[in-house]
Amino acid sequence: MAKVFIYPATSLILSDLVARFGHKPLGAALGIRERIQTAGVDSPPLQITPEEPKRGLKYAAVEVPSGVRGRMAIYGPLLEEAEAAIIVTDADLAFGCMGCARTDELILFSLRQSGIPILELKYPTNEEEGVQFVAAVKKFLAGLENGGEA
Amino acid sequence: MSRKVRIAQLSCGPEYSGVQKEIYDAAESVDAEVFFPDIALADVEQAVDAFGLDVRSADLKLMIARGKALVDGKVDADGVFIGTCFRCAEAAIVRNELRRYIHEHSRLPVVSYSFTERTTAGTLLTRMEALTTIARRRALLAREEQTGITMGVDSGSSTTKAVVMKDNEIVGTGWLPTTEVIKSAEGAVASALEMAGLAREDIQAVGTTGYGRFLIGRHLGADLIQEELTVNSKGAVYLADHQRGASTVIDIGGMDNKAISVLDGIPGTFTMGGICAGASGRFLEMTAKRLGVDITELGPLAMKGMGKNVPMNSYCIVFGTQSLVNALAAGSSREDVAAAACHSVAEQVFEQQLQEIDIKEPVIMVGGTSLIEGLVYAMGQLLQTEILVPPHSQYIGAVGSALLASGFIKGE
Repeated sequence: MAKVFIYPATSLILSDLVARFGHKPLGAALGIRERIQTAGVDSPPLQITPEEPKRGLKYAAVEVPSGVRGRMAIYGPLLEEAEAAIIVTDADLAFGCMGCARTDELILFSLRQSGIPILELKYPTNEEEGVQFVAAVKKFLAGLENGGEA
Repeated sequence: MSRKVRIAQLSCGPEYSGVQKEIYDAAESVDAEVFFPDIALADVEQAVDAFGLDVRSADLKLMIARGKALVDGKVDADGVFIGTCFRCAEAAIVRNELRRYIHEHSRLPVVSYSFTERTTAGTLLTRMEALTTIARRRALLAREEQTGITMGVDSGSSTTKAVVMKDNEIVGTGWLPTTEVIKSAEGAVASALEMAGLAREDIQAVGTTGYGRFLIGRHLGADLIQEELTVNSKGAVYLADHQRGASTVIDIGGMDNKAISVLDGIPGTFTMGGICAGASGRFLEMTAKRLGVDITELGPLAMKGMGKNVPMNSYCIVFGTQSLVNALAAGSSREDVAAAACHSVAEQVFEQQLQEIDIKEPVIMVGGTSLIEGLVYAMGQLLQTEILVPPHSQYIGAVGSALLASGFIKGE
C-alpha cells in the first residue's frame, strides 16, 4: 500500500478511488481530521490556530500570505509523506478545490520537484473521458510499488 | 434585547490563517453575528462571469459570488466585512473591487481588512463596532442638531479632548495630553466646564469616544459610548456644515489613521489603521521635537519649505527619523525638512488608506493634525483638491459625541 497525495486534496472522489484500489490517500480530510481531533484547541471552524501559519514557514517564506502558509502547514507534512501523487488539473469546483491559487501553485511545484511517481490528468468532461480517467488512475495505482489491488 | 446585527463575511484565508475565531470574537463582543452568505455552487461561475473579474483562486470566486448575492438582494445582511490575506495581490484586487461594487450598488456599510496570523479580535473591534452602530443606530446617526446641554469626551492615544455644547453651539472646550486616562479626561472636562461656565450637574447627557472610551464612559456614567469612526464622521459633517450628500473624512491620528467615505453623515466604507507610526501624527510630533519647534509651529514652518528638496519616506518611523537626521546633517533647511515630513505622512495615508475608499468631495480633514497646515496642503496636493478643515476640527470626536449624546436626553 502506497501513500498517494491527491490533488485537489479535497476531492472525495479521488480519495475514494485511491482507497478503492488499495492505497492510502493523502488529502485534506486527513490533515483537517488531525486538527479537529486535537483536544484543547478552540479555533473554529478548522481548528487552525495562528501557530499553523508559523509552522508553514517551513514551506513558504514569511512574505507569503498567512493563508498560504496556514494551508501549507496542513499539506506540507502530507507532501513529505507522499510516495506517489495523482494530479487532476482544470477540475470542476464540485470535484474538489483548495481555495487558493497560490497554494495550488506551490503544492504542484513541490510535488513535481519531489521525484515521486506522478499521474497528471485533465478533468474529464464527458463519459468517454471519464472511463479513460478511471482506467488511467487504476493502471497508475496498480503499477505502484508496495502493492495495491489492480 | 435587541436582535443581533448580521454581518456578512466575504473572505479568503482567515480559517487557514487561524484568525477566523478572532473575527467571531470581535463580532460577538459588539453583539453581532458573522455569517457566510449561502449560495449554490452552480451560481459561483455565473456570478464571477457577470462580475467580470477573472480570478484563479476559488475562494475569491466565492467571495465575488457572495458579494453579488448581497447586492442582488438574495441574501439579507446589515453590514459587510471583507477580509483577505495581507500581501496577496490577487486578493487585494478582489477586496478593493468588491468593496467598491457593494458600496456603489447597495446601502450596506462595508469594512475591508487585510489580515495576518497576528490579527486579533482587539484589532477588529472598532471596525466591527462601527459596522454594528451604522446598522443599529441609523436613527441616532441621522441627528443633525445638538439640543440641550451635553458633553463629549474623546480619549485619544495622544490627547484627551472635551467639549460642552448647548443648544447647537460649542460653549466650552478643554484638552490635555493623554497620560493617565481618567486623570486626563477629568482635567479636560474641568477646563471645558469652566469655559462654559457650567457645573457637571448641568450636563444632561454625556458621550465618550476614542481608545479610552469604555474606561472614561464608565467613569463619567456616559449615556453613549461610541467608537470614533461613526462619531468622527458625524462630527466632521456637522462642523463642516455638510450633513447631506457625499463627503470624505480623513483623520490622521496619533496612533492610527481613519479614512471614511460618508453619505448623509453615515459612514459607507472606511479604513482604519496605519502600517506603522511613520504614517501618523506621532511622526510629526517627533519631527517637531527634532526640529526644536512646538507641534503648532510645524505647519507654518512646512509651508515655507519645499518638500521635494528632501528625500523622506516615513513608511517606518525609524527610517523616517533616519531620513530626517540625514537631511539635517546634509544641510537641508528646517523648513524643507518640515515640508518633507508633512508630505511623507500625507503620501503614506494616500497610498495605504485612501486607495481603499472612494474619494468624494468635499474632503474634510479633522483631528489635531488637521491644524498642521503643511500636512493639509500636502494632502490637497496629492488629492488635487481643496481640503476643508472645519472650525474646532481638533475636537471632532468630542463634538460628534456631544451631538449624538443629545439623543439620550430624557424626553428626547
